[in-house]
Amino acid sequence: MLQEESDLSLIIAQIVQKLKGSNLYAQLERQAWASLQRPEIRLESLKEDIKEFFKITGWEKKLQNAVYSELNVYPLPRHPAAPPEHLKEPLVYMRKAQGSWEKRILKSLNSMCTELSIPLARKRPVGQQKELLNKWNEMGTDEPDLSLFRPVYAPKDFLEVLINLRNPNYENGDSLSFRTHLGLIQVPLKVKDIPELKECFVELGLNTGQLGIDDSTQVPPELFENEHVRIGQKVLAEQDSAAAQQYIRQGSPTALRAELWALILNISSQPEDILYYEQLKTNVIQHDLLVDSLIYKDVKLTASNDDYYFVFEDYLYQVLLCFSRDTSVLGHFAYNSASPPKSYIRGKLGLEEYAVFYPPNGVIPFHGFSMYVAPLCFLYHEPYKLYQTFREMYVRFFFRLHSISSHPSGIVSLCLLFETLLQTYLPQLFYHLREIGAQPLRISFKWMVRAFSGYLATDQLLLLWDRILGYNSLEILAVLAAAVFAFRAVNLMEVTSLAAAEAVLADLSTLKVMPLLQIFLFATVT
Amino acid sequence: MSRLSVPCHVKGAVALQIGDVRTVQGRPGVLVIDVTFPSMEPFELQEITFKNYYTAFLTIRVRQHTSAHTQAKWVTCLRDYCLMPDPHSEDGAQEYVSLFKHQMLCDMARVLELRLILRQPSPLWLSFTVEELQIFQQGPKSPSVTFPKWLSHPVPCEQPSFLEGLPDPSRVSSEVQQMWALTEMIRASHTSTRIGRFDVDGCYDLNLLSYT
Repeated sequence: MLQEESDLSLIIAQIVQKLKGSNLYAQLERQAWASLQRPEIRLESLKEDIKEFFKITGWEKKLQNAVYSELNVYPLPRHPAAPPEHLKEPLVYMRKAQGSWEKRILKSLNSMCTELSIPLARKRPVGQQKELLNKWNEMGTDEPDLSLFRPVYAPKDFLEVLINLRNPNYENGDSLSFRTHLGLIQVPLKVKDIPELKECFVELGLNTGQLGIDDSTQVPPELFENEHVRIGQKVLAEQDSAAAQQYIRQGSPTALRAELWALILNISSQPEDILYYEQLKTNVIQHDLLVDSLIYKDVKLTASNDDYYFVFEDYLYQVLLCFSRDTSVLGHFAYNSASPPKSYIRGKLGLEEYAVFYPPNGVIPFHGFSMYVAPLCFLYHEPYKLYQTFREMYVRFFFRLHSISSHPSGIVSLCLLFETLLQTYLPQLFYHLREIGAQPLRISFKWMVRAFSGYLATDQLLLLWDRILGYNSLEILAVLAAAVFAFRAVNLMEVTSLAAAEAVLADLSTLKVMPLLQIFLFATVT
Repeated sequence: MSRLSVPCHVKGAVALQIGDVRTVQGRPGVLVIDVTFPSMEPFELQEITFKNYYTAFLTIRVRQHTSAHTQAKWVTCLRDYCLMPDPHSEDGAQEYVSLFKHQMLCDMARVLELRLILRQPSPLWLSFTVEELQIFQQGPKSPSVTFPKWLSHPVPCEQPSFLEGLPDPSRVSSEVQQMWALTEMIRASHTSTRIGRFDVDGCYDLNLLSYT
């Protein structure tokens, strides 16, 4: 049909435009020029011969991976009449709510600046620059006085904003009726129910082998594990992103995980990438940002106190400080409902040519932000590789966990999905918790905002994040949260207060993620 | 395909409801919007574009110009087009939509008037409508140019005999053309990536964030 053809050509044009600015394009160009020397490239069939050459030497596969990556990350091109804000977030009231929330964050940051009389950003004096360069690998030993700093916001502040989110065109009567949602989220977004989730997560079914279940010590490895590892090695040899994404839905063997994630996220380790990271490091050394102190404070409060992650403290500084200088992250604001904060060079207020984004990557960290990076430290040891992986994970997934949007993987949809699943399949538990003033979302929100980092044991967390990559969606976080409640339902039915409910669910470190998910989705009698 | 916007007059939505609108509880689920084209000849409709606002289903009826004797009748050209797959949830509620000539059930050659019938069966929404309605007709085709005769029918010249042994000139020229086209493509490409600088001339001294 005409419409589909023009849609397809629009998508192709968009992807080509994006890839033209990438390293891959320059490499392909170089390879094409170099190939002209080869005898099999003839002038009269130049195009076809070069295409054949790319196919044989594996460059076509790299291009395929890049295109697949773009299709996964970027939303489809919008209707020609739709303004750019529509691509960020189609619903007007959610855009407004995100705008007011951002204003609150800016006010909070500004008031911190004025109270402490610290500028947002300044150039570091040369002596301090040398000092920082010398202790770059051991910034954790630094003990600056951070007592006056406080995190800009915590997940529970964000939850209050989501609870108060209302659609002005929706019947929000004061009296309870069939229209009122019994949970905390009151916006009518479309969420999946269990039959739809079963269809979506079909590879997690009872008849399919899983890592996290079928690799336990009681199961002989010949049944599943050996074959799965062999297939994984084959996928890595083929260097095919799409195949890797399909493979990882059944979990990734520990030995192959680092390479598989790099393949799925389409991360290459070219000299240019290492140089880029070094450039970011130079930026950190030259300019001192207020956001740096917030990062320090967050790492000291969260990751340093965690039994699994305190050893990686230095890595976390190296990644997060560079992350806040990385302007390539600004590209993700095209499809993120949030917008980067703006500022003006001192003395040039209002002059557009002196307008800059602050921080350079537009992302203001909140309490717990460093936990997004911490689990990755188990996979990658070179800072630039760790950095690239975190950046890709952030612009694909993690940004959705702290911005207000109607996207199915956005935090609002995840909260609604969690509440709906609990209400539909554990109605007694939901009713009981609601009656004692312990709305379930108040407990599970912090798990979902951090993607369970810091709550699950690390090997279980990595198995969970395998599935996030495999299904390119965060919905599994809401399903796991509901599955945890289902697992501890018997204890929760006996509690009589929010504090007691929190206590029952305080320690998730002994939980095995995959059996919980499988039972909740496929083995619960409804 | 080029398109030309047609100036139209969109009348206010009229709710269809049984009983008196003021006294009956509950909100209407059907609205009718009439679109007229004052001071316009009957035209061929190419495209209709609008922004949805919580309308679930759309039906369009059209009145076309027929020969002078017969009365122009209303014909349904789009029946129950689904804008929101789930009328109770926000999916598709504020999307931009385009409807084309080829999606219509009848020929749209001589349109006089349009009638949009909006339906929203869910009682959850306070109001529903379509916004930013725009109608397009076929734009002007690119004018055909007549080439001078000698361009399209060149006089064949005789092949001079001393060119034997050399490669065929037409083959060489086509190959050179291909090379040139590829080089031009590469040169014409420009990227939209940023350079990576966040400071202004090396300076990044900031005081406060701006709220605008």
